[in-house]
Amino acid sequence: MKRIYVNEEWCLGCHLCEYECAFANSGETNIVKAFKRDLKPIPRLHVEDAENGIHFAVSCRQCEVPYCVLGCITGALSRDEQGVIHIDDNKCIGCRTCMLMCPYGALTINHNKTVTKCELCTDNNQEPACVQNCPNNAIVFEERE
Amino acid sequence: MMKKKYVIIGNSAAGIGGVTGIRKEDKTGSILLISQEKYHTYSRPLISYWLQGKVTRENMSYRDDHFYEDNQCETRLGVAVTNIDADQKQLTLDNGETVEYEKLLISTGSVPFVPPIKGQKEAQNCFTFTTMKAAEGIKELLNEQSRVVILGAGLIGLKAAEAMINQCKSLHVIDLADKILPSILDSETAQYVKAHLEEKGMVFHLKTQIDKIEDQKTFLSDGAILDYDILVLAVGTRPATSLAEKAELKTARGIVTDTQQLTSQADIYAAGDCTMSYDMSAEMDKNMAILPNAYMQGEVAGLNMAGKATIFEKAFPINSLGLLGMHIFTAGDLNGECKSVTDGEDIKKFYFKGNYLKGFVLIGDFVRPGIYANLIRQQTDCSTIDMETMMKTPQLAAFNHNERFKKLSVAH
Repeated sequence: MKRIYVNEEWCLGCHLCEYECAFANSGETNIVKAFKRDLKPIPRLHVEDAENGIHFAVSCRQCEVPYCVLGCITGALSRDEQGVIHIDDNKCIGCRTCMLMCPYGALTINHNKTVTKCELCTDNNQEPACVQNCPNNAIVFEERE
Repeated sequence: MMKKKYVIIGNSAAGIGGVTGIRKEDKTGSILLISQEKYHTYSRPLISYWLQGKVTRENMSYRDDHFYEDNQCETRLGVAVTNIDADQKQLTLDNGETVEYEKLLISTGSVPFVPPIKGQKEAQNCFTFTTMKAAEGIKELLNEQSRVVILGAGLIGLKAAEAMINQCKSLHVIDLADKILPSILDSETAQYVKAHLEEKGMVFHLKTQIDKIEDQKTFLSDGAILDYDILVLAVGTRPATSLAEKAELKTARGIVTDTQQLTSQADIYAAGDCTMSYDMSAEMDKNMAILPNAYMQGEVAGLNMAGKATIFEKAFPINSLGLLGMHIFTAGDLNGECKSVTDGEDIKKFYFKGNYLKGFVLIGDFVRPGIYANLIRQQTDCSTIDMETMMKTPQLAAFNHNERFKKLSVAH
């Protein structure tokens, strides 16, 4: 399946992917409107900035063995036939067990206290917004073996 | 007589994991799932959320309404298995049926431990707190005049307490231990959480036990007498091993299995809270009643039953626990050398054995705690990563470039 992969050497640390992700999942059609709120939309990926100019984006790896899904106590997390891991907002109770299970720290808490995660922009019916808007191909969406 | 390729006893995390594991490998072999409870599979930990009014009965389903059909899994719900004949590979059910199996999974979970207290058997309005039925019984009685007494300041007792504290008149928690949550917190963090719960109105009686129950009164070992309208006994659970023992399967702190979840008897597997498993963090065998482990063991058992050799060996306890607005993450074993990082109100404590992280407690609104848990799971040599930075903030940047490349840039 196509997944998001990181080209660490090319990441500028601009954090544009975070803004674009938050916007893409905000339900707004205008980025200004999306961020002109008291509660800013929360991105589903996270850029780490380390010493020596190292930057890289971390999003859900859509694992073959998804510890988050295995550990979910409510059944809110599931893996679809393509291999994308989804979370059902109605079933999530915000217990955060999945956050403790994920080796990458790829799940986060939303304003409504449920967990949110990258679903490869399946809601938006397009290529992931983070990848589309990365100015330097530091994250790519492709098949790798 | 009914003949089934796979039979599963139990309808919670491990049993459902079993169905899923089998169907990953074998799309057509017949499966029969038998459960003493009459309900569609539901999430046991959610009974406290339901009692609190935070989740509806419909949203307690652990899997979709059509889970059994989708997986071509026949069910007998509300039916108990009364006997396992391991030689004949036959089960006797309390509805008169007998079932022949090729492969059997025992995932009977745990039963609440009820301590021998004088007057307990005759006590009115006295509950345990591990099933929907118990939660329903409590909800029927609970109102703002209720005086609630809970025996047990462990996970079950405190989740019950959280659920009721804002719906009752008073709430007392009694425990023989000298701290709350003794199985997952150290003394310092237990004290911190206790202070938070006291602020929310809970009254604790530690190093105390109930000597006698009579006329809706509990008589405590320190001489105090507490009247109650609802009494919850949440002292702990015991693995449900009676069927397995009757069938002469090897048991210790639960049903004994190998790393493929096979019991001492050919073609009989066991998974979840009814089993004993090896805690890789404490390096000892335990009964580890933890939902994620139960599901993973069930899935591994299912895969093996369907012929795909699979091993489960990375078990260690993890708990993610919210208590009245305070969030607690714990993992592993808290017996090593302790390193503590405080940041304002938040608490982080790490426990090491040599260069290896064995356990931790995080209290506060932390993100990415799974990065720490994975150091335990993988037994990462912490001298190979920037552990000082890691302890401040969980991050993949603490690994070297090659490790990060494996994590973020390679298919898996």
